[in-house]
Amino acid sequence: MPEREQIRRTPAERTETSVDDAPQSSETGEKLKAELDDLLDEIDEVLETNAEDFVRSFVQKGGQ
Amino acid sequence: MAIRKICGIETEYGIVHRGTDDPNPITASSVLINSYLSNLNRSGGSALGVPQVGWDFEFESPGSDARGDAPIGSMPPEIETHLTNAVLTNGARYYVDHAHPELSTPECGDAFSVVTFDRSAEVILERSMLAADALLPEGQSIVVYKNNSDGKGNSYGCHENYLVDRALPFGRIVAEVSPHFITRQIFCGAGKVGSEIGFSAKEVPFQISQRADFFEEEVGLETTLKRPIINTRDEPHADPQKYRRLHVIIGDANMSEVATFLKVGTTAIVLAMIEDDWIKADFRFTSPIGALRTVSTDLSMSATLPLASGRSITALEVQLHLLERAIDWTEHHGFDLVGSQAGPEILRRWSETLLAIEAESASLTSTVDWIAKYRLIDGYRERHGLDWGDARLHALDLQYHDLRPEKSLARRVGLETICIATDIENGISNPPEDTRAYFRGACLAKFGSEIVSANWDSLVFDVGGDSLRRVAMMEPSRGTAAHVASVIEASQTAAELLDRLGS
Repeated sequence: MPEREQIRRTPAERTETSVDDAPQSSETGEKLKAELDDLLDEIDEVLETNAEDFVRSFVQKGGQ
Repeated sequence: MAIRKICGIETEYGIVHRGTDDPNPITASSVLINSYLSNLNRSGGSALGVPQVGWDFEFESPGSDARGDAPIGSMPPEIETHLTNAVLTNGARYYVDHAHPELSTPECGDAFSVVTFDRSAEVILERSMLAADALLPEGQSIVVYKNNSDGKGNSYGCHENYLVDRALPFGRIVAEVSPHFITRQIFCGAGKVGSEIGFSAKEVPFQISQRADFFEEEVGLETTLKRPIINTRDEPHADPQKYRRLHVIIGDANMSEVATFLKVGTTAIVLAMIEDDWIKADFRFTSPIGALRTVSTDLSMSATLPLASGRSITALEVQLHLLERAIDWTEHHGFDLVGSQAGPEILRRWSETLLAIEAESASLTSTVDWIAKYRLIDGYRERHGLDWGDARLHALDLQYHDLRPEKSLARRVGLETICIATDIENGISNPPEDTRAYFRGACLAKFGSEIVSANWDSLVFDVGGDSLRRVAMMEPSRGTAAHVASVIEASQTAAELLDRLGS
């Protein structure tokens, strides 16, 4: 079994708690948060520049 | 009696033609595929065979219904024969379907093989984008997305196919496999921001499945309208006396290799168990569509689903029961029918995943697409203080599935990989060795110029003389490397091959 760590739960449930106190173990919790922060920093550089235009123009014909 | 679970995946990709005022997805799909094919021809010559062999529609019958007479009002899909349609030397079919590029993997012997050929397909699409961009005018490009919805109510599929014993009554398949399809989303859903059936961002900020919004019936023949959980298309592409091909239209296209592996692997085992009458539980839901949508919108994975028997059960409980039965089934029957290497790995990962769900483990962010995507998008939302309806979150959702390596967000979220890089590369041009796809692919590579058309269950040769010669391949487990490699090797021409095969 991999380590059992707390994942974030549904938005509805999370309204009770703040982001910072979600993970139980502070050590793994901080590690996870740091990893997520790094990821968010990294993706900022590759994100589509105009999200609104991108989303609006992404129209597909229905398929199967 | 259970039979070997030969299986494959067909994926319709989303497509965007950038830099033009008047994009046409059908033209863009044709340009994409033809650019790839002409690059192949230029670079490999006969060593890669002639990939532009046409598809042979003679025996296609997507209107045949597994229930017998199709109900009035059912609409079989139309076959479009005029569009780009190629067979590759890996045994796959690469073509334009509706307004999307579609790639059907070759028939594979187990879930490992399927996930590898699905990854090879992604690389083929990546190379197709590069080939197309080299041909398009400056400033234009074609981008492909491996997802199932545009977020505006239009969906396109990622279908799985499994070989099933014809003797198994179709009604039993419907009753026993649909609970698996309704509940397996918890580990193979690809995740989606919002709803496309009228719920607000407050009501459904994010859901587990890309496809659940588009399903309206439990059973039916359609694939484009009123989609059913169980598709009844009865087109076995094999000996119809012995086999069915279960055509599964409900799955999401996965970016996670583990998710594709589990989606196909667990379904292969569940179908084999149904053939052996091994499930031993009645999980018929009072409302299958209601259950499907409840599971998709319940990110806590704890909702109870009412059963026709009066009890109720969670998606995880259904999966834990199926896993328990699967362990028992393999103890009695071994792993041969689902792959002697893949089988134990399916059970190991299935069990590990369900336990991780039960324990709410963070390990799931590296294997389950919807959880990886949710973590990314929710993290972004919190960092920037956005509401769930914000276009930037929809943009992240779409970009998760972008197949350009430099743009794909799925490539950046830390998903575990299980395919071997050399196997993925090998699968771009070489067929699996353990199904009839080997015969198709190996013949195309060696005798491509003498093959006029191909489909799943036959090859048509033109070796001179008055008539074309069709070689039937009605047995998906024959035509393997073990059966025919030496015959193909020993033949200098297609005529020699046909003589040796005695056809």
